[in-house]
Amino acid sequence: MSSRERILGRVRRALADVPDDARPYEETIVRGYLREHGQRSAARTVDLLAENLADYRAIVHRCADGQLPELLARLLTAHGSRSVVVPPGLPSRWLGAVDAPLVQDLAASTAAELDEVDSVVTGCAVAVAETGTIVLDGSPDQGRRRITLVPDHHVCVVRVPDQVVSSVPRALERLDPKRPLTWISGPSATSDIELDRVEGVHGPRTLEVVLLGGS
Amino acid sequence: MSGTFVGMPAFPEAAREAVGDETLRGNLRHATHTIRDKRARAVAELDDWAALREAGKRIKDHTLRHLDRYLVQVEEAVTAAGGTVHWAADADEANEIVARLVKETGESEVVKVKSMATQEIALNEALQAQGIRAYETDLAELIVQLGKDRPSHILVPAIHRNRGEIRDIFRSEMSEWGRPAPEDLTDTPAELAEAARLHLREKFLRAKVGISGANFVVAETGTLVVVESEGNGRMCLTLPETLISVVGIEKIVPRWQDLEVFLQTLPRSSTAERMNPYTSMWTGTGGGRNGEGDGPRTFHLVLLDNGRTDTLADEVGRQALRCIRCSACLNVCPVYERAGGHAYGSVYPGPIGAILSPQLRGTESEIDASLPYASSLCGACYEVCPVAIDIPEVLVHLRERVVQGGPAVRNGNRVVLKPAGGHAAERAAMRAAQWAFTHPGALRTGQRLASRTRRLHPRTLPGPGRAWSGSRDLPAVPAEPFRDWWQRTRGGRDGAK
Repeated sequence: MSSRERILGRVRRALADVPDDARPYEETIVRGYLREHGQRSAARTVDLLAENLADYRAIVHRCADGQLPELLARLLTAHGSRSVVVPPGLPSRWLGAVDAPLVQDLAASTAAELDEVDSVVTGCAVAVAETGTIVLDGSPDQGRRRITLVPDHHVCVVRVPDQVVSSVPRALERLDPKRPLTWISGPSATSDIELDRVEGVHGPRTLEVVLLGGS
Repeated sequence: MSGTFVGMPAFPEAAREAVGDETLRGNLRHATHTIRDKRARAVAELDDWAALREAGKRIKDHTLRHLDRYLVQVEEAVTAAGGTVHWAADADEANEIVARLVKETGESEVVKVKSMATQEIALNEALQAQGIRAYETDLAELIVQLGKDRPSHILVPAIHRNRGEIRDIFRSEMSEWGRPAPEDLTDTPAELAEAARLHLREKFLRAKVGISGANFVVAETGTLVVVESEGNGRMCLTLPETLISVVGIEKIVPRWQDLEVFLQTLPRSSTAERMNPYTSMWTGTGGGRNGEGDGPRTFHLVLLDNGRTDTLADEVGRQALRCIRCSACLNVCPVYERAGGHAYGSVYPGPIGAILSPQLRGTESEIDASLPYASSLCGACYEVCPVAIDIPEVLVHLRERVVQGGPAVRNGNRVVLKPAGGHAAERAAMRAAQWAFTHPGALRTGQRLASRTRRLHPRTLPGPGRAWSGSRDLPAVPAEPFRDWWQRTRGGRDGAK
């Protein structure tokens, strides 16, 4: 007998005493919880996102559409970035004012090569206000997961208010499970030393979020 | 200290040693109290916490009730997404599967994401025996591995170490494993984190095989979820060419939407954050093969039983399988705070360990038979549990099993457990009580006798009872038995006293 059959057989015997529960999933799972916490205007939701991002040590900037190239150039210069990796579908206009060399992420690029790059600039799939989270789904303006992981400085552009949802349930509704997803809430951190949060371990130690558009 | 839990003494002996260690007690008190208050604040932010907890409980119960169906669904979905599914009935089989898969890649080292399942099956030791070196990459796991130590907490396995001890371990041991710690390393947490970053980076960049567990597996989509903080998980899940995930069969949730419950309750319960810094979700080789080379090209899922189906067979104990390994119960437990994690003799310490280990491993060994007693039954663990596991209820149930024996399932077979030795006095006392309560005449005579002789009663117990009464007052016997008082006064209704 294969282990597959053995385990499935054990599960069925283990449940032999339980009265047959033919109720469908929909009836059993009562979702008495809220879809989102509190009622807010779209602008107020963006404010909450900014607050919660900052609370976990992400650096938040706001800018109107036309000012983005200038802002990104300034952030990269301020960080001292000598090179910037760019996802294949990032609007080319965004980095139009950047002086540092732009590195394309090629399929053949190794992790070690990526480790030489200082910064990465991406878009995002959705941002969650209640938790201060940005979610990447590997779309062309975000690129492969590794490019937002190995460089030490990540600048993520969120289009507000369109890409912002209030809550975790609202975010999952918008996401496609078939895509590789990364949920990011602040820079890399650890609670492993005396259960106290310290920022900066393996992922980017500086996370800057640009809220693009809106007021 | 050795790196294994085999041959551990019973909980009271191990705990006595731990309680005498003032550094350990100080470290634990500091860490658990820090997180306790923060957790309470994070939970208080959500006014629907009770409803989220109830939904989480129901999702897990429903999954366990139909586990056979959902296991098959996971297999189909993961296979359809380009992954390969393996089934492991016990630890040895899981270790063999993983070792074989690593060898097939031609590699002799792997990087690991923190995982309770691989701790439970002692995968690192099994791989080492086959000539494969496993590098732990979670900061706390690294501290434990470098210190040739054992984990003592589910979330923070090195919780028993303070910053000074961590610095000493890094200074003396890092060079054995790779890049040494900086000469002038101090004990500030930021510097310690930086030292770990530098030490592990070369390993991440060259790794060809990653090994992980998973917090959740979604049956309908085949999606795996890993929740972490440092980014070591992302490194291991995305940079290697081959990814092997070892996952307990109870980690399944039926639907994608179910994650909306646990992604709210898990971070707040474990690290007391609104959301942990990084959560990775992947479906088969969805990124690696079909996408643009995003992540591993080969993905293996090893579904692990190792005592879980035996636990599922116990109608009271099966609720322990709802556990999402948040460790909130450890952080509030007065026994854990004083005895520390090592005394529990398992990778699962604290209240959840006290009900999980004796079910996964059986109650035959001295340590497992003693674990259901490693509690004051105060119930704080049940209060904080985000999936409402009634830990005190299971503890009492397991105590009964230890003392009385009875039917259970071990390795898939129905067995009848013998009563454990060492509880003869307890059993005799219970039998005497049973006899007295079923013979009202004898009970009445005995109670009257006890009341009349009350001035002669000792204040402490003699013999083996001395230890118990050494720190407690014996209950005073009243001047008149309750039933006599009731008959005489009709419950005080006549105004009589």
